[in-house]
Amino acid sequence: MVPTSYYILLSAILFTLGVAGVLIRRNAIIVFMSVELMLNSANLAFVAFARAFQTGNAVSAAAMSGQIFVFFVMTVAAAEVAVGLALIVAIFKSKHSIDVDQVHQLKG
Amino acid sequence: MHESSTFSLSSLVPLIVVFPLLGVILNMLVGKRLGDPWAGIIASLMSGLAFVIAVLQLVGLFLEKFHATTVTIAEWIVIGTLKIPWAFQVDTLSVTMMLLVTGVGTLIHVYAIGYMKGDERFHRFFVYLNLFIVMMLFLVSGNNYLMLFLGWEGVGLCSYLLIGFWFDKGAGGVGNARAGRKAFVVNRIGDFGFVLALFLIFWTSGSLIFNDTFKYFEEKAKEHAAAVTAPAPAAAAGAKPAEGHGESEGPTTEQIATAITLLLLVGAAGKSAQIPLFVWLPDAMAGPTPVSALIHAATMVTAGIYMIVRSNVIFHLAPTSQMVVALIGASTAFLAGTIAVGQFDIKRVLAYSTISQLGFMIAAAGMGAYVAAMFHLLTHAFFKALLFLSSGSVIHGVEHGHHALHAHGGGHDHHEAPAPDAHGGHQAAHASAASPDHAAESYDPQDMRNMGGLRKHMNVTFWVYLIGAIALAGMFPFAGFWSKDEILADAWLIGSKQPYGVAVYVLLSVAAFFTAFYMGRQVFMVFFGGARTDAAKHAHESSWVMLTPLVILAVLSVIGGGLNLPKFIPGGEALGTWIEHSVEVHAVDFNLTVALISTGVGLFAIFLSYLVYGRSPMMTMTDPLERLGFLFRFLNGKWYVDELYNAIILRPVEGFATFAAYALDWDLWHDFFHDVIIAGGFRWFSGFLAGFVDKGIVDGFFDGLGGFVRETALNFREFQTGYVRNYALMVLIGVVAVLGYFLFVR
Repeated sequence: MVPTSYYILLSAILFTLGVAGVLIRRNAIIVFMSVELMLNSANLAFVAFARAFQTGNAVSAAAMSGQIFVFFVMTVAAAEVAVGLALIVAIFKSKHSIDVDQVHQLKG
Repeated sequence: MHESSTFSLSSLVPLIVVFPLLGVILNMLVGKRLGDPWAGIIASLMSGLAFVIAVLQLVGLFLEKFHATTVTIAEWIVIGTLKIPWAFQVDTLSVTMMLLVTGVGTLIHVYAIGYMKGDERFHRFFVYLNLFIVMMLFLVSGNNYLMLFLGWEGVGLCSYLLIGFWFDKGAGGVGNARAGRKAFVVNRIGDFGFVLALFLIFWTSGSLIFNDTFKYFEEKAKEHAAAVTAPAPAAAAGAKPAEGHGESEGPTTEQIATAITLLLLVGAAGKSAQIPLFVWLPDAMAGPTPVSALIHAATMVTAGIYMIVRSNVIFHLAPTSQMVVALIGASTAFLAGTIAVGQFDIKRVLAYSTISQLGFMIAAAGMGAYVAAMFHLLTHAFFKALLFLSSGSVIHGVEHGHHALHAHGGGHDHHEAPAPDAHGGHQAAHASAASPDHAAESYDPQDMRNMGGLRKHMNVTFWVYLIGAIALAGMFPFAGFWSKDEILADAWLIGSKQPYGVAVYVLLSVAAFFTAFYMGRQVFMVFFGGARTDAAKHAHESSWVMLTPLVILAVLSVIGGGLNLPKFIPGGEALGTWIEHSVEVHAVDFNLTVALISTGVGLFAIFLSYLVYGRSPMMTMTDPLERLGFLFRFLNGKWYVDELYNAIILRPVEGFATFAAYALDWDLWHDFFHDVIIAGGFRWFSGFLAGFVDKGIVDGFFDGLGGFVRETALNFREFQTGYVRNYALMVLIGVVAVLGYFLFVR
């Protein structure tokens, strides 16, 4: 069986990639995708721990909660996509661009 | 009720003040609506009812065998041992004064209805007059010194109000008001002494009630007498009050009594116009003539004599004071008598004559001749009230003649009151310069030089005036003869024992000479000869409402002597035996020598006045006496007493007041203390607070705080770049930091 640490490591790599994407990329869609990547790395970590805490075939609350949380995250991610894409469309309509650096009027 | 054994007439005595008080209230409330003459009739009625009560008291005293009673209405002041009730003393002395005040007062009320006719403040005059009656009755009927003092101040107030009744008249439009103020202030000096005397009386005897106070002093006197004559106690019982023996520790009774009586004398000098406080009375003639008659001749000014007679027990203990009182009275009688010779204002002559006669009474009271003092007080009230009211009638008549002549719109443009020259002899300065045409311009209806020959126009007034003048001059058998001679006889008696009595006798005799002379001068100048002005030519007799009181008073002036005829006449010594029930008296026999001397002196003076004024009546405005030159100017200038007071008291006081006002108050207090110290100090301190504390510390702190926040915020705003990725990076760094902290530090 693949050790849990591998999953966690993969999850960390994916999260780091997502962070890097958010920080480096200027295309809003890409940033968005990077955020999804981070969310999904979290999902992977949830699932990995859920499996790690599972003992036999018994259904335990501790093990199930990790998997159930993944569903919550996916739901939230879906809602976030809906809102986020709507925002991007709105921004594009006014700016004719989805470059996040173009939107920097709110500054001190 | 009348038959009830407990009922006595003396219980009615509170009504004596209730009636005039009712008059005051009525006239204050509705007097203006009632107007002329009803306000006056109400006032006269109330005064008349008070007179009826006084007569009832007289009857009551006869029924009660002259037993003195006290009628207490209520407590007034109760503080510790000081107990002062509202109580009336009904004895022969107070009833005598009540009869005089209400009797003469009522006559003058009636007269005033005629005299004040048409005055714009008619009802107010009667309010004051009734208030005066109330206060005077408090003065004479109270059973303690504080009620006496209440009345004393009350009559002083009424005097002030009535002197200044025509406050918009007189010299410069303020002359009368000034005269009122002068009277008020001079009286305050006397009251100062009186109040001190009251304090001293309470301090020594522990009471202000007459009976208690006098009992205390009588007992003290007996104790001292007993102590002195200790070896012979039997003699002590009947011994006379203590003579001077001040060797014991602390002030002796005699010393205290001397202090009290001298202070009382100051009070009496103020109220009864004696040296040195007599200067207010001549100026008080600015008031309407009924006021001069009632307040400044018949009643109020005699309050001092009443007070001395009332306090006779204390005076007996202080022979020194008695001597001082007698000498002051005699000197005043002499001084005022001489001044009266040099005056031209008809009322001013009478004013000085009043001062002179008051001097007689004070001298008599000082010599312990209380009966003589009261006797002269009564007769003087009759004939001086008569003279004043007659002079009012004369002034009235001449003024009407003046108005008829000039037809001044027919109005009753009221009496040009005498110019009470506050600065003395301005009259003297103008006396010789006065020319007929000048007199016509500023016509003075009171100047005797403007009269003459009035006998023909004012017959009744002439006769009553003549009666009053003869009575005042002390001619047999008029009232003044008996009373004045009794005083002179007393002085003669004292003079045979003590040297000061001789001085008193001589001064009084000389004063009597001047009295007869100036009255002769006045009668000849006013009524005889020819009219010296057109106004006098057109003068006419006054109405009967004015003349009736005059006639009554004239009758009293003739028969007033009957009150106290010499002992050898049946019914003599009536007043003496009457007063004896209240006051310890020593009767003096009729002294033929004295009577002959004084009659001779009086006749000589009248003859002299006939020589000067009667034989060849003066036809010009120049008084024959002016030939005396300096002497006459000196008398006309009233011995320059006003000027003297001006120089030694008023000027320094004014100087000090100016100094206090300008140097002390303005320069030092206002300019220096207020402006420099207080205002400057405040300015400096508020500057310190505003500049250093507020601007420096408080503002510095909060400005600093604000600046700091601002600077910090300015620095922090750099972080808000607007680039989303920047924020994300910071979030990342934050997360890394937090995680790092949890992972590695903790």
